[in-house]
Amino acid sequence: MGAQLRVYKRRIRSVTATKKITKAMEMIAASRVVKAQRKVAASTPYAQELTRAVTAVGTGSNTKHPLTTQAETVTRSAVLLLTSDRGLAGAFNSNAIKAAELLTERLEREGKQVDTYIVGRRGLAHYNFRERKVSESWTGFTDEPTYADAKKVAAPLIEAIEKDAADGGVDELHIVFTEFVSMMTQTALDQRLLPLSLEEVAKEAAPKGEILPLYDFEPSAEDVLDALLPRYVESRIYNALLQSAASKHAATRRAMKSATDNAGELIETLSRLANAARQAEITQEISEIVGGSAALADASAGSDR
Amino acid sequence: MAAELHVALVAADREVWSGQATLVVARTTSGDIGVMPGHQPLLGVLESGPVTIRTSEGGTVVAAVHGGFISFADNKLSLLAEIAELSDEIDIQRAERALERAKSEADASAERRADVRLRAAAAR
Repeated sequence: MGAQLRVYKRRIRSVTATKKITKAMEMIAASRVVKAQRKVAASTPYAQELTRAVTAVGTGSNTKHPLTTQAETVTRSAVLLLTSDRGLAGAFNSNAIKAAELLTERLEREGKQVDTYIVGRRGLAHYNFRERKVSESWTGFTDEPTYADAKKVAAPLIEAIEKDAADGGVDELHIVFTEFVSMMTQTALDQRLLPLSLEEVAKEAAPKGEILPLYDFEPSAEDVLDALLPRYVESRIYNALLQSAASKHAATRRAMKSATDNAGELIETLSRLANAARQAEITQEISEIVGGSAALADASAGSDR
Repeated sequence: MAAELHVALVAADREVWSGQATLVVARTTSGDIGVMPGHQPLLGVLESGPVTIRTSEGGTVVAAVHGGFISFADNKLSLLAEIAELSDEIDIQRAERALERAKSEADASAERRADVRLRAAAAR
């Protein structure tokens, strides 16, 4: 076998192996998307009921709470960025990071100091590489976040917002995550989580202008709101974590699908080249034999004379 | 037909139980509260404790609920809990082990959680 042909054969073998791996990863990601979507759906009733309850307290009483009142001058904001632990997901992480950087830039232009909180190894690596300050980070659960993980993430954020800005607390909390729109579309977006605007929450809870009943609060409206708001923030963070996970798996599936397709194309091109090389080799061999025998015939014809 | 109310017991990551009931007893921060159909709209903070639901078929559902809220309006009752387990889902041996461990480590909240689980399991 000629050297050229051997090189092609070897490359075809290696690309075939890669294709098998990416195909497997694609199928794993596809099954995980479905699982993640199911988790998003399972967490919806809790989130809905909680939103309703928050609206009920917000509209049914004139209670003031640090988590709902807008500070007059916002000096410091917290940005929570949700990325994934592992890559191989196309532009998933870079889109989220880009969105966070745009938001940070905008907030800084408004004269606010920005504290960054990060979930996921990818985002953390990005910030560490550029030696930017990260207030706190969490890794290790982005593929399958649980409610306990969301609580873990929410706790220091709620603590920071309850503190005064002068003591190192923050006045606002923004969250940057990737919304799972569909299997094909996931968009990185930023939302202001706190302070909570009750009007917006009310719109979400009762879009058709439904009137909420007058509740009897047990033990009191303030206590209920006190207990309710941290739970609401946790559930929002949980929802964002779940959507990010679903988006990540969908992005991985898409990236792996195109990798598989590209590997298939590469194999096709390489096979063509290998065939051409084989054919060229055969042609060369034939012409060598023909040439050789012609030379021999010429030589023997010469000696006869 | 006796009056009924619709109950939904939801944990953060799933719906634990839902159905028709005639009476729900839960523990709020200011004491036990019983809700029957036609109760005035209510929103309360729950303590860790067992929740008893008397279903319209005459059965009883007991669940261990750890923190959360009870809200009732329009004959619909929702129990929101971060963690909720039905009594027949509770692994008694595991709960007992957890109780002993919590006692030896003097972890008051873990002890209370395990205790609530055992009480809910005992009531089934």
